[in-house]
Amino acid sequence: MRIKFTLNGKVADINVEPDSSLLEVLRNDIELNGPKFGCGLAQCGACAVLLDGVSIRSCVTPAAIVEGRTLTTLEGIGDKDNPHPLQAAFIAEQAMQCGYCASGIMTTAAAFLASNKSPTRDEIRGALSGHLCRCGSQPRMIRAVERAARVMNGDDE
Amino acid sequence: MSVSRREFIHSSGSVVVYFSLGGCGASDPSGEDAVASSDNRITIHTDGSVELFMGKVELGQGIGTALAQIAADELGVAFDRIRLTGVDTDFSPDESYTFSSISIQQSGPKVREAAASARAYLEQLSDRDAADNSAVVGQSVPRIDIPGKTFGDVSFIQDVRLDGMVHARVVHPPAERAVIQEMDSKSVEEMPGVLKVVRDSNFVGIIAEREGQARTAAAALAALIRWELPGDLPSSDEVYDWLKRAESRKEEVSASGTVNFSPSDTVHRATYRRPYQAHASISPSAAIAFFEDSKLTVWSHAQGMYPLRGAIAHTLGLSPQDVRCVHKEASGCYGHNGADDAACEAAVLAMRLPGRPVRLQWERADEFLWEPLGPAMQIETQAVLDSEGRISNWQHDLWSCPHTGRPRDVDSAGYFLYAKHKENPLPDPAPYSIPQPSGGSDRNSVPLYDIKNVRVNKHFVTDIPILGSSLRGLGAYGNVFAIESFMDELAAQIGADPFEFRKRHLDDVRALEVMQRLEKETQWQARPQPGTGVGWGVAFARFKNLSSYLGLVMQLQVNAETNAIQLIKATAVCDAGLVVNPDGLKAQIEGGIIQSASWTLKEQVRLSNRARESYDWNTYPILRFDEIPDVDVILIDRPEQKSLGVGETAQGPTAAAIANAIYHATGKRLRQLPFTPDRLV
Repeated sequence: MRIKFTLNGKVADINVEPDSSLLEVLRNDIELNGPKFGCGLAQCGACAVLLDGVSIRSCVTPAAIVEGRTLTTLEGIGDKDNPHPLQAAFIAEQAMQCGYCASGIMTTAAAFLASNKSPTRDEIRGALSGHLCRCGSQPRMIRAVERAARVMNGDDE
Repeated sequence: MSVSRREFIHSSGSVVVYFSLGGCGASDPSGEDAVASSDNRITIHTDGSVELFMGKVELGQGIGTALAQIAADELGVAFDRIRLTGVDTDFSPDESYTFSSISIQQSGPKVREAAASARAYLEQLSDRDAADNSAVVGQSVPRIDIPGKTFGDVSFIQDVRLDGMVHARVVHPPAERAVIQEMDSKSVEEMPGVLKVVRDSNFVGIIAEREGQARTAAAALAALIRWELPGDLPSSDEVYDWLKRAESRKEEVSASGTVNFSPSDTVHRATYRRPYQAHASISPSAAIAFFEDSKLTVWSHAQGMYPLRGAIAHTLGLSPQDVRCVHKEASGCYGHNGADDAACEAAVLAMRLPGRPVRLQWERADEFLWEPLGPAMQIETQAVLDSEGRISNWQHDLWSCPHTGRPRDVDSAGYFLYAKHKENPLPDPAPYSIPQPSGGSDRNSVPLYDIKNVRVNKHFVTDIPILGSSLRGLGAYGNVFAIESFMDELAAQIGADPFEFRKRHLDDVRALEVMQRLEKETQWQARPQPGTGVGWGVAFARFKNLSSYLGLVMQLQVNAETNAIQLIKATAVCDAGLVVNPDGLKAQIEGGIIQSASWTLKEQVRLSNRARESYDWNTYPILRFDEIPDVDVILIDRPEQKSLGVGETAQGPTAAAIANAIYHATGKRLRQLPFTPDRLV
C-alpha cells in the first residue's frame, strides 16, 4: 500500500507492506537510525517518534496511521549544522553512555519542552519516566533537558 | 617487550607507516584477565591523521576516547588528529575480551608504547604539534562517539544495512534443556517472504526477505512447535536452599591467622542473598553474518572478537582463518549478554543461505529468557568482636554457580546456545572457577579490613541448572553487599559509628583517605537520628582488592505506609589512580551507582520449576527516571599512581549503602536482595 505523509519537514510518499510497523518502515525502508528497536512492546521508549508533535511508540504503531499526518524523528529535531538545543545540551552534558536509549529520550523531551517552557526537575523526571535507560545516565539527561530549557528561554548561553 | 617500527608501505604516492609492538604480552589463557599478543596499533596517514587500532571494544564506556587521549599525548599531536578503528580480526591487535574494568590498565600502556615509537618518526618529520604542554590526559575531553549518536548517524550494529541483506529470527525453546516433541513447519515455509526454515535438532531459525515477514513467520512457527520441558529448575524461592544442597566443591579463598569460634565467644552471624539478575541490555542482541566462497564474516557486539572467532570456527567446523569477526557497538552490555549467542546463530543461518548477508535480531523475550544471568549467591558471615571493639575472627562462606560461561575457544564452545541445541551437541564445558586475585563468585570476598583471623570459603557449585555468566562486578556485588552490611551490623552491636568502625579496621592509606573525604563531604556527623524514616548508609570497597577504591553514602526515605523506598542522593568518593578523563570516569561511576541501585531495589529474575518467568520490562522492572537519586561523584586524582578501572567499582558499595540506610531509617535489616517494599512488612 502507498502512504503519503510529512517526515521531518519533507513529503514522504512510499510503498509499504500493509502490516508493517511504523518502526520497520522508518528503519528498514527509509533507513533512518534515530528510532531504535528496543522491545517491540511499547515498554522502553527507544523507538519514540513524534506524530503531529505527540510522542508515540513506533514499534507498535501500524505504518498506515501516518497517512496525511506529520512525523518527526530524531533526525528531524535538529542536525549537526543546526542542532536542537536538546541535542547541543546532550553533547555538552555528555548525557549518554551507550546512547541507545538517548534518541527516543531526546525525541520525547523535544515534545515536552515545546509544551512546558520552564519545567521543574520533577516534571522532567515525570515526562521521561516512560523511557528506560540501563546505563544510568538519567542524572545527566535531566541536566541536559534543564540546560536546553534555559537556552530556549534565552536564560543563558 | 621490544618496540619497533615494523614496515613502510608505499602505494599510489602516499606513505603509510605502521607502528606495532613486538613480542607478546603476559598471557594467561585460562583467566578472565587474559591478554593475548599485540599487533598493529597506530598508523600515521599522509593527510596527517593518526589511526589508532583499538584492541578493546567500545561498549559505551568511553574507552576509545580515553585511549585516543593517551595516544595524542604520547605522540605530541592534537587530539582531533586521532581516528579510532574498532576491532576486526583481519587486522586489529588481539586483546581478548573487553571486561573486568581493566581496559585502561591493559590497553593504555600498549597504546603509550606504540605511540612513543611513532613519536620518534614524527620528530624526524617535524610533524608534532607545537603545543606540547597542553596534555589531554587528565582532561575531560568530550567523547568522540557522542555527536554521532545524538544526530542519528550509523552508530550501532542495528544501523548496519548491507546490500541484499535478509532478516532472521530464532525460535528459542521456552526453557533450558527443553526438547522439541513435534514440529510441522510446512505452512510457515509457504508464508510470504520466507526464504528458509532451518532446523537442527532443537535449534530453529527462520530467514525472510523483510524483517516484518521474519517476525510474523517466527511467531507462527513458535505456535507450531510442541516442547517438552524438564520442569526441574529451582524456583526463585527454592534457589538458595538448592545452592547449599547442590553438588559443589569447597575452595579456600583466604586464610590468615587461626579462625576459632570458641563456645565462650559471642559469635555474630548473618546470611545474605542475591538472586539471579539480568544484564537486561536495552537493545536485544543482534548480529549480521555473511558466508561466501567458504569464508564467513560475522558482525557482532560481543566483548571479544578473537575469542568469538575461535569458538564460532570450532562450532561450525571452519578454520579460524576462514572466519572474520568485526565489532560493532550495540547498547551497553554490562558483561556477557546474548551477543555471542546471537553471533553464532546468525553464522549458522548465513551458512544455510550463502551469498546473502543475514541479519539476526533477537526479540525482547529472547534476551530475557536466553541471556546468561548473573548467578544467585548465598553468603553466610560470622564474626567475633574483642573487648576493644575490634573484629578478632571473621569467616565468610559463599555458595554460587560459576560466574563465567564465555564461549572463547575449542574447549568452551559448548557454552553457545546453538552448540547445546544442535544435533550432536558439543560437550558441556567443565565449570571454570576464576582464580584469585580477580575471582569469580569469590570476587571481593576477602575483606580489605585489618582483621587478625580471617577465613573465606568458596563453595563452587558445579551443577548448573540456569545459564549464568559474567554480570558487571561478578561476585563483588553480592560479597561487598554482605561484608559491608555485616560491618554495619557489627558496629551497631557495640554502638559504634559506622564510619569510625570501618576506619578503625583500615590500615590502607588510600582507603582511609577515601573514607575521610567522604565523611567530610557528606557532613556525616550531622546525619539525622535513627528511625525517622530518613536514612543514611555508608559502604566501602576496593574493587577486586587491587583496583579502584570507592566509598559511598546513600540517603533515602522510606514511606511509613507503603514501605516504598525513595532514593534521595548518592555521594561517592573514588580513588582510581591517574585519571585519564575525569568526566568519563565520573559517568562510569554514576551509571554504576544507578544500575546497582536498580538491581538492589527492584531486580530479580523470576524462576518457576518450569522456566524463567521474567520475559519483558513488566516482569523485570528496572529503576525509572522518577526513581533515581541525585548522584555526586568526587575523584581523588593521584597522577603518580597507575590508572585503575572504575566500571564495576560502585556495584557492591551501592547495595550495602542502601541496606545500611534502610536500617538507619527504619531499624529493619534487609539481607535478601532485592529490597522490594514487601521485604519491609
